[in-house]
Amino acid sequence: MHDKIHLNMGSGGLASRELLEEVFLPLLGNEVLNLLDDSAEIALGSERIAFTTDSFTVHPIFFPGGNIGTLSVCGTVNDLAAKGATPVALSAAFTIEEGFPIADLRTIVHSMRDSADLAGAQIVTGDTKVVGKGVMDGIFITTSGIGRVLEGLHIFSGGARPSDLIIISGTAADHGVAILNAREKLGFNPEIRSDVAPVHRIVERISHLGPQIHAMRDPTRGGIAGVLHEIARASRVTIKIVEDAVPVRPDVRACCALLGLDPLSIANEGKLIIFTAPESAETVLECVRKLPEGKEAAIIGEVEAEPYSEGSPPVILETSLGTRRFLPLAEGEPLPRIC
Amino acid sequence: MKPSTISDNFPDTPSKRNNASKARLLLERLSAHRAPATLMEVCGTHTVALFTTGVRAALPECVRVISGPGCPVCVTPLETIEKAIGFAHRKDTVLFCFGDMLRIPGVHETLESARAHRGARVKLMYSPLEAIEYARREPDQSLVLFGTGFETTIPIFASVLMRAREDNLRNIFLLSAFKSIPPAIKALLSAGDSAVDGFLLPGHVSSVIGVEPYGFIAGEYHLPGVIAGFEAADMIEGILLLLRMIDSRQPEIKNQYTRFVPPEGNPRARAMIDTVFVSRDTDWRGLGTIHNSGFALRDDFRRFDADQLMDFEIPPVQEPADCICGEVIRGRRTPVDCTLYGRSCTPSHPIGPCMVSSEGTCAAFYKYSR
Ligand code: SF4
Repeated sequence: MHDKIHLNMGSGGLASRELLEEVFLPLLGNEVLNLLDDSAEIALGSERIAFTTDSFTVHPIFFPGGNIGTLSVCGTVNDLAAKGATPVALSAAFTIEEGFPIADLRTIVHSMRDSADLAGAQIVTGDTKVVGKGVMDGIFITTSGIGRVLEGLHIFSGGARPSDLIIISGTAADHGVAILNAREKLGFNPEIRSDVAPVHRIVERISHLGPQIHAMRDPTRGGIAGVLHEIARASRVTIKIVEDAVPVRPDVRACCALLGLDPLSIANEGKLIIFTAPESAETVLECVRKLPEGKEAAIIGEVEAEPYSEGSPPVILETSLGTRRFLPLAEGEPLPRIC
Repeated sequence: MKPSTISDNFPDTPSKRNNASKARLLLERLSAHRAPATLMEVCGTHTVALFTTGVRAALPECVRVISGPGCPVCVTPLETIEKAIGFAHRKDTVLFCFGDMLRIPGVHETLESARAHRGARVKLMYSPLEAIEYARREPDQSLVLFGTGFETTIPIFASVLMRAREDNLRNIFLLSAFKSIPPAIKALLSAGDSAVDGFLLPGHVSSVIGVEPYGFIAGEYHLPGVIAGFEAADMIEGILLLLRMIDSRQPEIKNQYTRFVPPEGNPRARAMIDTVFVSRDTDWRGLGTIHNSGFALRDDFRRFDADQLMDFEIPPVQEPADCICGEVIRGRRTPVDCTLYGRSCTPSHPIGPCMVSSEGTCAAFYKYSR
């Protein structure tokens, strides 16, 4: 590993994993943290509580479909949801650069309240720090959340099993591409909107299937590819994804093609990946599709019989031609190519 | 042509699903092919697309596809990378570059590590048009555009310099590492040791230069070439057309990508290039100096030449030992022939340029075919 922190290490790809494995886990590791799930599950008396935290920085702070406030609430709500929990209470800590417009802050906080309302959670505690001009850029928000794990659900990244089917709750890569389009003024019109939204209702809809749901993740940084690699590794399985089955909006696909980016490696902020026993897949799909946020849900792949083996790529993509290739894990921040 | 955003330059949107059945059909025809043939895909975007679409894996064994010199990152000489790093460290100077260039190892560091650890000022650009606004906002900064790429990107850089001249912006400079593809193909062929039977020619570049500049491939060297798009069906069709011409011994330059490439290319984009640049000999990493394959600023644009800011020395450069990138982009060897491939050289710790660029042959092999 490098001897200094690199931008890459926050990107959710290989470099992030290195940082985690070489710095954090050796010093902080315990049986809950080591699972590396979106949320930790802890028992308080007879209650199973999901607990998570996340920091948010985004450029631009306001983007089509949301802003850093929407993102900070949905991100935490979705980390809880991916653990099978409905959100109960959230905290919010703000680090703000001197000179930041109060009107903008108000808009951001307004969005936070709206998103929390949507998720049925309250922001019950918070903190604000102001730093001198130039120390940072604009505003960072850190949120934490606790949620109640739904009866019957036991979700771990390590829970995927051979022959499980894999479902995504909607189109891939909307958030990452929306941010890129807005930040770099790529000029895709009409503007591409971020998918940022809470996904807890999806989990509530499928919770009655209980032990049939084996794993769930919220495919943010690193995209679908990142999540699949993590689940494959944690569950010691190999995974096959069918390229044509993954829903991608045409404008998002065009933008990715132009920049040489893979939609499967790009961030989502309102999607859920669900691993389910094959016999329940149709039911899951039906339940998810009934919700407006899940109407484009699709089965995108399956867990193969081949066991995981260190050093050989665990995620295979079946192309439109029916050939197979490896689906690589992003190396770091996706970089556009020279076109 | 006055591109206002980079998406204006790419009206072609992929329609994967509709084309999948067409691709399968074409593939069936292709699988009947028996005579061995070696084809070169000249362009890095094809290199990657052949892997990602699965076309490469679907080809019959007798058809071998090798990569050519069309990855702009891979052919940018080490001296030029060092110059760019030098500019990024220069006082009151900021270097604008494409994302691909950030991670190429220089002698001591990459642009990315220079920025992270030594305070070098490097800004990742998506379009050179961003430079105008920045130069206006920061009049005390010198802005150096790291100009890399082929005829597809050059017109946008030309438009930036034309605008900078109109608006009398004195703080924009260009480090020109632009290259032209046809002279490189010519150099490969005239070296006489190439085993290539036909060329899959780049789609994007051809949308600017048109069909004519490739004429010598068929005329002088009696080999076929097909300009092809980047979807599975495009590439398979391109390969089929090549094989057919090889079989019939009637080499021509054909255009498969007619929905994006008019035969005459884009004369207005070429006029923009001609307004600002004039051909010159230039160095290609791995290939050496190639006649009239580069782009120098014309006299009335000379004041934008970044070289005049060079108040620093660049360290002596040496190609990384044992890296065979030069052979790889000539199509003589494949990445797996390199002793470093996959061992000390991987996309997270690249040694040579072909492992850095997302379009580099070594990176594509490593990511998709390991
Ligand atoms: S594997 Fe690395 S060292 Fe070997 S040729 Fe490719 S880039 Fe060079």
